[in-house]
Amino acid sequence: MTPENQAGGLGTSASPAIDLRDPASGGPEDGSSPRGVQTLTMARALNEGLRAALGADDRVLLMGEDIGTLGGVFRVTEGLKAEFGDRRVLDTPLAESGLVGTAIGLAMRGFRPVVEIQFDGFVYPAFDQITSQLAKQTYRHAGSQAFPVVIRIPYGGHIGAVEHHQESPEAYFAHTPGLRVVSPATPHDAYWMIQEAIAGNDPVVFLEPKSRYWPKGEVDLDRAGAGLHESRIVRRGADVTLIGHGAMVATLLDAAELAEQEGTSAEVVDLRSLSPIDYGPILDSVRRTGRAVVVQEAPQRVSVGSEIAATIAERAFYSLQSPVLRVSGYDTPFPPAKLEGVYLPDADRILEAVDRALAY
Amino acid sequence: MASDPIRLLSPSGELIESEANAAWLPVVAELSEAQLMDFHRQMAVIRRFDVEAGNLQRQGQLALWIPSLGQEAAQVGSGIAARPQDHVFPAYREHAVARIRGVDPMRIIELLRGLDHGGWDPKAHGNFHLYTLVIGSQTLHATGYAMGIAFDGPGGDPERDEAVLVYFGDGATSQGDVSESLVFAASYQTPQVFFLQNNHWAISVPVSTQSRTPLYRRALGFGIPSIQIDGNDVLAAYAVTRTALDEARGGKGPRFVEALTYRMGAHTSSDDPSKYRDEAELEHWIAHDPIVRFEAFLRARGASDAFFAEVHEEAEELAADVRRRTVALVPPPVTKIFDHVYTDPHPDIEEQRAWLLAYEASFGGQA
Ligand SMILES: Cc1ncc(C[n+]2csc(CCOP(=O)(O)OP(=O)(O)O)c2C)c(N)n1
Ligand SMILES: [Mg+2]
Repeated sequence: MTPENQAGGLGTSASPAIDLRDPASGGPEDGSSPRGVQTLTMARALNEGLRAALGADDRVLLMGEDIGTLGGVFRVTEGLKAEFGDRRVLDTPLAESGLVGTAIGLAMRGFRPVVEIQFDGFVYPAFDQITSQLAKQTYRHAGSQAFPVVIRIPYGGHIGAVEHHQESPEAYFAHTPGLRVVSPATPHDAYWMIQEAIAGNDPVVFLEPKSRYWPKGEVDLDRAGAGLHESRIVRRGADVTLIGHGAMVATLLDAAELAEQEGTSAEVVDLRSLSPIDYGPILDSVRRTGRAVVVQEAPQRVSVGSEIAATIAERAFYSLQSPVLRVSGYDTPFPPAKLEGVYLPDADRILEAVDRALAY
Repeated sequence: MASDPIRLLSPSGELIESEANAAWLPVVAELSEAQLMDFHRQMAVIRRFDVEAGNLQRQGQLALWIPSLGQEAAQVGSGIAARPQDHVFPAYREHAVARIRGVDPMRIIELLRGLDHGGWDPKAHGNFHLYTLVIGSQTLHATGYAMGIAFDGPGGDPERDEAVLVYFGDGATSQGDVSESLVFAASYQTPQVFFLQNNHWAISVPVSTQSRTPLYRRALGFGIPSIQIDGNDVLAAYAVTRTALDEARGGKGPRFVEALTYRMGAHTSSDDPSKYRDEAELEHWIAHDPIVRFEAFLRARGASDAFFAEVHEEAEELAADVRRRTVALVPPPVTKIFDHVYTDPHPDIEEQRAWLLAYEASFGGQA
């Protein structure tokens, strides 16, 4: 992907390669009546997206711990077992390596498994199956077989939870060739991106910003607006580009609002996809603003933010008026909940970086 | 097919002096009246603590609470069975064992308030290791520790030889780590007891999803002698674990105990069991309450009202003390996040700590 062939800006790009709309209830493009816009939480939007995917393709399976009868600890899969049965929505034994490993076998058999990992910090027992097995199967099979496995992971902080429940493990997966990694920031994107991830033919690590499960947002049930791997400019500005994903997008928008009051005009890019990263809108923005601050909850060292900073420096060097700055979680384990407010980037820390960028 | 679980006390609290219990009754017979009364004290006090902590959570004082309600006998019997030199590796629900081993219950409160990740030094706390939230992983640590004991050589003195006691749940038995720990334990004939609390649920998933065979039988397949007990019988939990630990420390290799018990409360304060289990099931287990059973046993032996009143008083005092100390807890200093990431100095940490201090100072020192 080169910047040249990327569509820039909000929703100006081509529609997704695969049309995911349920032909029965259809969108305006297939001539049937539009379903309109609904106000949903992200948890509910994901639930609707999963329901649509289960309805559209009977080879789609949901697998996970407590996802059936309970509907998942975040209720994202609520009602789906009752609706589709226990051979489509599986309350599995408690074993993450088992979950992902059997999902690989199911994919070989022609299923499209969607695995839920209950919390970010519990993905690691499956690390071999994800990074060494799932990620490499297509390559090893020389393409004779696709591995359309989606791994949903509620991730990130801001919920005051105990150890292993607030982590941001995206760098491990974005670093791994063979995996696609995405993270929606809004209910609308969650609804569409989960369906696209399931319909695609590659393994996708689907990171759900759990602190954003509950705020409501508008979901256009007829138009995705952007493809699975497109980044988007979600706020226009002239002085600095703020870049982030997942729960940080809302924080960036808050920071941009505060910056505005101080006379600084900040543009905000929602990455949406971490592998591949869509540099079109990012470079387009940085070429106009000349400054970039990349923000993430994850630790900084060898992170997605580091990758983006390096790429901007490589590709937009002559447009830059300051070094690309990063605002991240510190390079420590996720701290005890009472310290999460110190650890996680907030608007103040972002503005501090903006000030530093502007001072160059 | 499966034999009955070992039960020394009937549900109404009578000692079952049967042939089948011949191996365990002498272990119980060695207990003094004071020791038996301590079993009750430990169970009753931890139950009161559990209630108080649940209340504190509801009042916003704790981020989460993990109730141990209903599992007191399994925990107290096995916890008291361990000798002082033994090492105990818990999961996250073993509050009674923690207290027996000398961990101040406030440490658990602080953990679940979000002040630390445990942080106690096991060596200074009855060799009680840290709670582990990643299901099953502690079984491998326990086995490695037990391998180390074996490698350090046999002592031959049961009063001093160490053994390891590791706790885990029915859900955990599905994790690869648990199977691998059984493999290593069998391979190296570790001085170790696997103590499975089968409380019938892993959050919303019934034990039948984890296993189609009684779980104690799994261990047999690994070549580890295994036994199933009535986990709501504190005497069975004590006698069987005591014997298993002494066999293990005596060089006979690992042992496995499956305690059948029930999680009478929610999985955690975030959970709503009405979504997945029947009230009737709970009713059944309420009728098999471990504390009620043991109280009946003690009363039949002549324990006085005064004794039970005194235990009640002690429990109330602990609850009040925990409440007092919880509301008085202060937030940790911000730089705590950088403490102990490494043992040796690391430049990234030093740099980020300095940055944070300067940043906090830029707000006028009101960090
Ligand atoms: C590796 C991992 N996966 C998932 C979880 C989420 N989780 C926490 S407790 C639990 C159920 C554990 O059940 P069990 O082992 O029976 O112990 P119990 O809670 O009943 O004491 C699950 C799935 C976790 N903590 N760790
Ligand atoms: Mg259990």
